[in-house]
Amino acid sequence: MVTVNFAGLVPIALALVMAPLLQGVINRTKAFFAGRQGAPVWQPYFDLARLLGKGAVYSRTTTWVFVAGPVVGLASILAALTLMPLGGVGAFLAFSGDLVLMLYLLGLMRFVTVLAALDTGSSFEGMGASREVTFAALAEPPVFLTLAILAQKTGALSLSGILAGIGPTLWVTAGPMLALLTTALFLVFLAENARIPVDDPTTHLELTMIHEVMVLDHSGPDFAMILYGASLKLWLLGSLVVGLILPAGLPWFVAWPAAVGALILLAILTGVVESTMARLRMHKVPQFLIGALIMTLLALVLGAR
Amino acid sequence: MIGARVINGGTVPVRDIPVLGMEAFRAAVIEAVRDGAGLAAYFGYPLAPDGAVAPPGGGAAVAGGRTGGAPAGSAGGGTHPVRLVAVLTWPMAGGCEVVATDPGESFPALTPDCPPAHWFEREIAEQWALRPEGHPWLKPIRYHRAWRPGDAWGRPPGTEILPCVTDFFRVEGDEIHEVAVGPVHAGVIEPGHFRFQCHGEQVFHLEIALGYQHRGVERALAGGPDPRTPHLMETLAGDTTIGHSLAYAHLVEGMTGVKAPARALAIRALALELERLANHVGDLGALANDVGFLPTASYCGRLRGDFLNLSALVCGSRFGRGLVRPGGVRFDLDPARLESLKNRFEPVARDVESAVTLLWRSSSVLARFEETGRVPRETALALGLVGPAARASGVERDVRMDFPTGFYRFLQVPVALLPSGDVFARAFVRWLEIQRSEAFIRQVLAGLPEGPCQADGPVVAGSEVPLPPHLLGVSLVEGWRGEICHVAVTDGAGRFGWYKVVDPSFHNWMGLAMALRDQPISDFPLCNKSFNLSYCGHDL
Repeated sequence: MVTVNFAGLVPIALALVMAPLLQGVINRTKAFFAGRQGAPVWQPYFDLARLLGKGAVYSRTTTWVFVAGPVVGLASILAALTLMPLGGVGAFLAFSGDLVLMLYLLGLMRFVTVLAALDTGSSFEGMGASREVTFAALAEPPVFLTLAILAQKTGALSLSGILAGIGPTLWVTAGPMLALLTTALFLVFLAENARIPVDDPTTHLELTMIHEVMVLDHSGPDFAMILYGASLKLWLLGSLVVGLILPAGLPWFVAWPAAVGALILLAILTGVVESTMARLRMHKVPQFLIGALIMTLLALVLGAR
Repeated sequence: MIGARVINGGTVPVRDIPVLGMEAFRAAVIEAVRDGAGLAAYFGYPLAPDGAVAPPGGGAAVAGGRTGGAPAGSAGGGTHPVRLVAVLTWPMAGGCEVVATDPGESFPALTPDCPPAHWFEREIAEQWALRPEGHPWLKPIRYHRAWRPGDAWGRPPGTEILPCVTDFFRVEGDEIHEVAVGPVHAGVIEPGHFRFQCHGEQVFHLEIALGYQHRGVERALAGGPDPRTPHLMETLAGDTTIGHSLAYAHLVEGMTGVKAPARALAIRALALELERLANHVGDLGALANDVGFLPTASYCGRLRGDFLNLSALVCGSRFGRGLVRPGGVRFDLDPARLESLKNRFEPVARDVESAVTLLWRSSSVLARFEETGRVPRETALALGLVGPAARASGVERDVRMDFPTGFYRFLQVPVALLPSGDVFARAFVRWLEIQRSEAFIRQVLAGLPEGPCQADGPVVAGSEVPLPPHLLGVSLVEGWRGEICHVAVTDGAGRFGWYKVVDPSFHNWMGLAMALRDQPISDFPLCNKSFNLSYCGHDL
C-alpha cells in the first residue's frame, strides 16, 4: 500500500538543486570564523562541474566494484530522497515501514563505498573503511530508536506520517523528549556527514580521516558523484532533523521555504560547531555516538510516561 | 674528563685531542653519557698518513651520489683510514670534551650501551664503510655510497642504492597490519617514509626512513670556506637559516680569533629569536589545524608570516638569508628601521597572545593534546633528545643557558620546562618560549648596543681567508628545534678538512618513533607536528 504524492517531487527537486549549497554555507561560516573571506557559497557547484569535466584515473588493482561504488551510492541516496518528506509535506513515496528502507538505503550507500575502498587494496582505504563501519554501527541505533519512539508517539509507520504528526501539540506535550531526540539526531547528523568533532572534512592527513580516506582513489566524474551524494546525504539527514522542529500542516508555500531556511540555519550551526571545537580523539568517537544513544534512551523513558 | 676541553665556539689543536684505544674511547663516551653529558656529535673523518685530516675530493665529487660505485679518486677520503671523534657536552662544566680513536675497519658499537650513538653509528657506517660490530639495528640512514672504497653492508660497487629500499622492522602475526606513509605526503611537506606496524588502530612500532633529501652538503663543505660556504650553511635547513649560519659564524670566529662587535651580537640574537618565534607560532597553528581547531590555526598562519616579515625588515629576507656572516652581520638596524621594528613587533605579539590563549581555553583541544604521544623523561634522557622536545619531557637542556655565546652571555632567556612529555607539553613549552623570546627581544631592542656591526679585517670582506691549520672547532647554537652542533677540522692548508653538521632533528627523529609506541595511528600527524623535525636538516 504505497502512497504516491506528486507534490513530494518538489522537495526532491529542491534537494537535487540546493544540496551542494549547504556545503557552501558551512564553508562560508568557517571562513567567517577564521577571519577569511572564504570561497563563494556556490563553490561546491563549481567543484562538481570541474570534476565532471575531467577524466577518471583507475588503478590497475581495482575491479568493477571500484567503478560501481559511486554509481550505486548515488543511486541509493536518490532512492532514499523519494521517501523523505520536507517541511511536513508528504514524501513522493510513503508506505508503512519506509523508514527502515530509507535507513538501509543509506546503509547500502555506505556498503558500496566501503567495498570500493577495500577494492583498491590500499592500507589507507582499508583503515578508513574499518573506521567507517565501526562508527556507523554505533550511529545506527540512535536513529532507529528515535524513529521508533516517534512512530509510537505519532501512531504512524511511514516517515511522511511520522513527520506529519510532529506539530506544536506534541512539542507542548512531549517537549523534553523531542528536544533530546533532536539533539541526538543532530549528533548523528554530524557523525554521518563526516563533520567535526567526529571527522574533519578539510584535513589533508590521511591517517586521521574516516570518510575522506575511503574515497582518496576516486577521481573525475566518480568523485563528483561521491561529493554530490555526500551533499544529498547532508540534505537528507538535515531534513530529518529539521522535520522534528518545524511544525507540520503548514501550507506548502510556507512549509518549503521554512524548511530550506531551517536547513541553511542547520548548515550555519554546523559551521559554528566546526569553528569552535577541535576533533575528538578517534577512540572517543564511540563515546560521542553512545552519548547520542543515551539521549534517545532518556527520551524513551520520558516518552513512556 | 680525559678528553680535550673546548668551550662553545672555541677550538683545540688536533694534536691535543687524546687518541684513545677503542676500548678506552668506548668506555669514556659511555660513562660520560651515563654521567649526564650530551653526545653532541660523533663522526669520522679521513686521516692522512701524517696524522692530519685528509683533504677529500672537494665539492666536485658531490654529484657521485647514489648510483655510481665508489671510485677511489672521487671518494672523499680515498683509502685513508678513518678517525672517530666524539664531542661530549657537559652542561654543569659549561664546556665540551673531545675524544678520538682510530678504530680500523670495524669497531665495537657504542649503541648497545649508549643509545644516543644509534644514528651516529649508522651514519659512520654509511659514510666511511666502517662496521660498528654489535650495533642492534645497523641500517643506512641516507642511502648513498660510502665516501671511501668498501661498504659496511657488503653491497657490490655497481648496484644502485635507492632511498628507503631496505628491510623494515616487521611485527609478525595474523592481526598485525602494516601501514606505509610517504615519501609523498598529502600536505606540502618534505619527503620521508614512515612504516607502522599496527594492531587495529594501535601502533606497535614506527620506523622512520629518511634520506630522500640527501645532497652531500658535508662533502661540499670540505675544502672551504669558499664563497658558497655561507649559502650552503643557510640552506642546511631552510627554516633554521639563522641558527645554522650562526653556528658557522661562531665556528669561524673562534678559529680566526675575530670578535664580532656587540651590536652584531645583539642583531644576531634578535634574528635567532625572531626565527624561533616565527616557527613556534607556526607550529602552534599547525597543531591546532591538525586537531581541526580553526581559530588558532588560521590566525597563527598569518602571525608566522608577520614574524617572517620582521626578519625581512632586518635583512631583506623573510628567512634571514644573507644576514649572519663570520665577523658580524651584513645589515645594520638604522634608527628608522629599529623604530619600525619596535612598532610592528608589539601588535603581532598581542595577536599571538590572543590566538594562542584560545588553545589553552578550549577543552576539546586540551583533550586531544594531553596524554598523546608521551615521551617519559627517562626515554628523552636515554635517547639524548634536544630542544623543546627534550624540555617538554622535563630535561633541562638549552644551549642558551648551558653554553651561552654571543649576546646570551649578557642577557639570559629562562629555560622553559614541563614534565609531562606529551603533545600538550611540547605545545606549551613552545608557548612559554614564545613569551620568553618576546621579552628577550624587547630587552634587546630597548638596549641595542651602539657601534659597528662588523668586525674589521678580512673575514667579513672575503670568506675565502684560510683558517689556522690543524684545529678542531666546536660551535653550539640553540636553534628553534634545539641544539645545533657544527664541528670543523682544518687541514694543513687551513681549509676545512672535514665539516660536521648535526641538526637537532638528527637527535630527535628517534624520539618521535618512541612517542608513537602504543598510540592510536590517527594521532601520528599530531605527534609528528608536535616534534616538527627537519628532513633536509637530517638528510644533509
